[in-house]
Amino acid sequence: MVDTPRLTREDVAHVAGLARLHLSDEELDLFTGQLAVVLDHAADVALLDLADVPPTAHAMAVTNVLRPDTPGLTVDRAEVLAAAPSVEDHRFRVPRILGEAP
Amino acid sequence: MTPPRSALNLAAAIRNGEASAVEVLDDYLAVIDADDGEIHAFNLVTRDAARAQATAIDQRVASGEDPGLLAGVPVALKDNLCTRGVPTTCSSRILDGWRPPYDATVVTRLREAGAVMVGKTNMDEFAMGSSTESSAFGPTRNPHDTSRVPGGSSGGSAAAVAAGFAPVALGSDTGGSIRQPAALCGVVGMKPTYGTVSRYGLVAFASSLDQIGPLTTTVADAALVFDVIGGHDPADSTSLDRPAPRVLSVLDEGIQGMTVGVLTEFLEDADADVVARTRQAAEACVAAGARVEEISVPEVRLGLSAYYLIAPAEASSNLARYDGVRFGLRVDAEDTTAMNTATRSVGFGAEVKRRIMLGTYALSAGYMDAYYGQALRVRTKIIEGFARAYRRCDVLLGPTTPSTAFSIGAKVGDPMTMYLSDVCTIPTNLAGHPAISIPFGSGDDGLPVGVQLLAPALAENTLLRAAAVIEAAAASMGGSRS
Amino acid sequence: MTDGWVMVIGLEVHCELKTTTKLFCGCPNMFGNEPNTNVCPVCLGLPGSLPVLNQKAVELAMAIGTALNCDIRPSTFHRKNYFYPDQAKDYQISQYDEPINVDGWLELPDGFRVGIERAHMEEDTGKTTHVGATGRIHGADYSLVDYNRSGVPLVEIVSDPDLRTSAQARAYVTELRSVLVATGASDGKMEEGSMRVDANVSVRRSADDPFGTRCEIKNLNSVRSVGRAIDYEAGRQIALIESGDRVMQQTRHWDEDAGRTVTLRSKEDAYDYRYFLEPDLVPLVPDADWKAAVADALGMMPAQRRARLADLLSDAGSITDARTEQVATVVDLGLDDLVVEAIAGGIPTALALARTANEAATDPEAARQLDTGSYVALLSMEAAGTLSATQAKAVLAELLAAGGGDPSAIAREKGFEAMSDNSLSATVAQAIEGNPDEWARYCAGEDKLAQVFIGQVMKSTRGQANGKAVVTELQRLRG
Repeated sequence: MVDTPRLTREDVAHVAGLARLHLSDEELDLFTGQLAVVLDHAADVALLDLADVPPTAHAMAVTNVLRPDTPGLTVDRAEVLAAAPSVEDHRFRVPRILGEAP
Repeated sequence: MTPPRSALNLAAAIRNGEASAVEVLDDYLAVIDADDGEIHAFNLVTRDAARAQATAIDQRVASGEDPGLLAGVPVALKDNLCTRGVPTTCSSRILDGWRPPYDATVVTRLREAGAVMVGKTNMDEFAMGSSTESSAFGPTRNPHDTSRVPGGSSGGSAAAVAAGFAPVALGSDTGGSIRQPAALCGVVGMKPTYGTVSRYGLVAFASSLDQIGPLTTTVADAALVFDVIGGHDPADSTSLDRPAPRVLSVLDEGIQGMTVGVLTEFLEDADADVVARTRQAAEACVAAGARVEEISVPEVRLGLSAYYLIAPAEASSNLARYDGVRFGLRVDAEDTTAMNTATRSVGFGAEVKRRIMLGTYALSAGYMDAYYGQALRVRTKIIEGFARAYRRCDVLLGPTTPSTAFSIGAKVGDPMTMYLSDVCTIPTNLAGHPAISIPFGSGDDGLPVGVQLLAPALAENTLLRAAAVIEAAAASMGGSRS
Repeated sequence: MTDGWVMVIGLEVHCELKTTTKLFCGCPNMFGNEPNTNVCPVCLGLPGSLPVLNQKAVELAMAIGTALNCDIRPSTFHRKNYFYPDQAKDYQISQYDEPINVDGWLELPDGFRVGIERAHMEEDTGKTTHVGATGRIHGADYSLVDYNRSGVPLVEIVSDPDLRTSAQARAYVTELRSVLVATGASDGKMEEGSMRVDANVSVRRSADDPFGTRCEIKNLNSVRSVGRAIDYEAGRQIALIESGDRVMQQTRHWDEDAGRTVTLRSKEDAYDYRYFLEPDLVPLVPDADWKAAVADALGMMPAQRRARLADLLSDAGSITDARTEQVATVVDLGLDDLVVEAIAGGIPTALALARTANEAATDPEAARQLDTGSYVALLSMEAAGTLSATQAKAVLAELLAAGGGDPSAIAREKGFEAMSDNSLSATVAQAIEGNPDEWARYCAGEDKLAQVFIGQVMKSTRGQANGKAVVTELQRLRG
């Protein structure tokens, strides 16, 4: 049995930030309401006593899928860069990055 | 209107030289030109490329070469299948105009079998939906009643086949996205066993659930297409190491002596007319020599809740790559984080944003085990429930979806109501099992009803034999094809 | 270390694996190519792409696990979700709670054992170039991303917090590097980024106190900076605490020029990576046969090589600190096989070791290619007294420069004729005649004065005499 808290507006705002989504105030209210309803249904799941049940991550149980260390096809750089929003010097250009990688 | 030509017959005629691939294509293009303005099944009709492919097929036939099992058959591809140099949008603003530099494996296999790609079909944005209304490019209309939805997320593919735009379409099914629109549009739609058809080149929604499958006018065509696109692919680690399927050859073996289990939980969720059609389909199984019994798999009741945690969780991660850096839409800003946020906020529609947030929440610190972890345990229970049922039964039978097609706009305001369309289809995705929807009569409103067959993993042979029986019964009762 | 304080250090080392292709796709794992030419849908994170695991990368990871005495276990891959331009999918495929290697240890040359918590597999990111005033991320106007290195296989080796001094940390990194090179997993070129070290440092007043708050210093790329950064950071933390402040848990960077660590981000806002099992990959379960095959294929590790030489030395009764250092040197340079073969060829242990550690080591690359027969022949000549030490060194230098040759022929070319006994006696007699007082004192027992005569003999023979032979002659004359 797991206790799950009710979804709050702050939760939604926090999660939107994690997901790099900007929500207006109206959207924040609307989504909080809608998501709370979905999570209420999901609470059926959260409240079940399944402590002895192993999780299934893959429906078909397979192991050790490997490939040999031999070169495969790369992709044409021009074709890839042609589809890129901004390119300089054969590299993908992005606006300044504020922080170091986590 | 003459009954639609099947892919089997078309391919045979083209291989024999009785029909020209170019002429066949032109016939279909004429129907598209006449009707797609209203239906909007296609995001893009690849007219010139299709003509070139069809011409090449006719040349191969003329020079005595084998043009392949699907020679000259026009195929419509859901717009989440990568097609090299051809826009692949997932019906999203964020990928509007994006041309992949590579083909999906299924696209390559279709081409090598001689199929002619006629266009990319409309869908719910990033496959998230049950009505094709969340497409950024406008909804698709149900050819049987254009005020109604075609279902989703493969609504464009289902409508294309139902409207006679192509004999074959490919869709993808994560929670019912092939089967449900097939049912609402009155065509055949099949989701194969997870791992039997390569996902390489399918734009991912929920990786552990997504499968590609055919939408066709006949069960035999579905079998034929499955045989062509199925089989091991080293580019997909979840692809089962098994040879290509050979289901078409066993189709007519019937179901004498099999046990068919009618799933009571699915009946409980359905409208009376849909239930009635399902019971008629059950009777057809009896007439074909099978035993029919009612069977309860209570675990399927948990499917919806588990699905709406697992699928969005995986999706939230799969959709992170749409960040304006390497491809697709970019909305400029002062710094990269702001650019990511602006791009995604403009580029994604409301349903996609909802599911990304739901998924991010389910995975985030503190909630992971309560939600996502629990959902994975529910999945185990569902698999156990089905296993119990399959100890008694060879196949399971039920409605594909609780109702016939609803009106455009009827459910968009309430996501939860929309999600309920998938109660009968979701459990099979969670289990990784195959299932197929076969048109079977109409509802009280005259709209198509689909009945669904389910089978254990890798039992496509059994599944399609039973499907052929039900299809024959539907035809003899007047069917849903009009 | 400041009195009254002790350090606690744990190191995380990222090791790039020497495979032909990347971890999850067939793109070349190479340096120095034109940007974005070694890329494909998979390592660019294009929609619809899927990862497939490189078998060789797994074998190298297992080799590392074996060399570090780990348990090699069934393992799974997880997604570590975060947005960053050099992360093509905006998640990294890594290993989380079920890594391939766990619970190992690494023994340092002085015998100290450092625990290895885990050594897991993960993919590397692309590389960003910052364009703007300084070329660093601060104050940059914009950045450019190259994905050639995106998806390169890495093994991350996490030590237990067992290290207590910066010297130990340096020794750990040095030894680990040797091990990684010996397994064939790495080329060991830290300066090129093949190995990157993150150091977790905290301080406490005594070993009985609980661990203090730690800071992580990221991306140290030389043994020297590992040591300097750790010492600085410990000092910084001590100063903070002694002035009444507290240490904030942070990620810091080492500024080599300024000689200090700086912070860019507070680690207290721990990033929510939302780890979950990678649905596009399946579990890795190496069976006993595979593990055995990897272990069998593994060559000798540095510790074993040092032990082998040390055993030979102790058999000859000649271990000293200086010799232990020579052992470490020859092993580190991959020249220990040469020493072992020389000893097997009859060369006295100490000579084989010294000549290799001191002279051959000046050109290790050439020394590694050297024909063992020639080397043994040369050292035999020196051991027999046919050549003096000086002469032998000269011949060796020639052998190394030329990439081989015949030591006798070279000696003759150089005019290194062995001195006949007669000419030696004559030269010694001359030296004695020229230094009568010293001779008297030498005869009275001042053995050290032999040096005077040796020096004279060397001068008059231009270094061609054999010192030992001179001493023998002096002793004979003294009676």
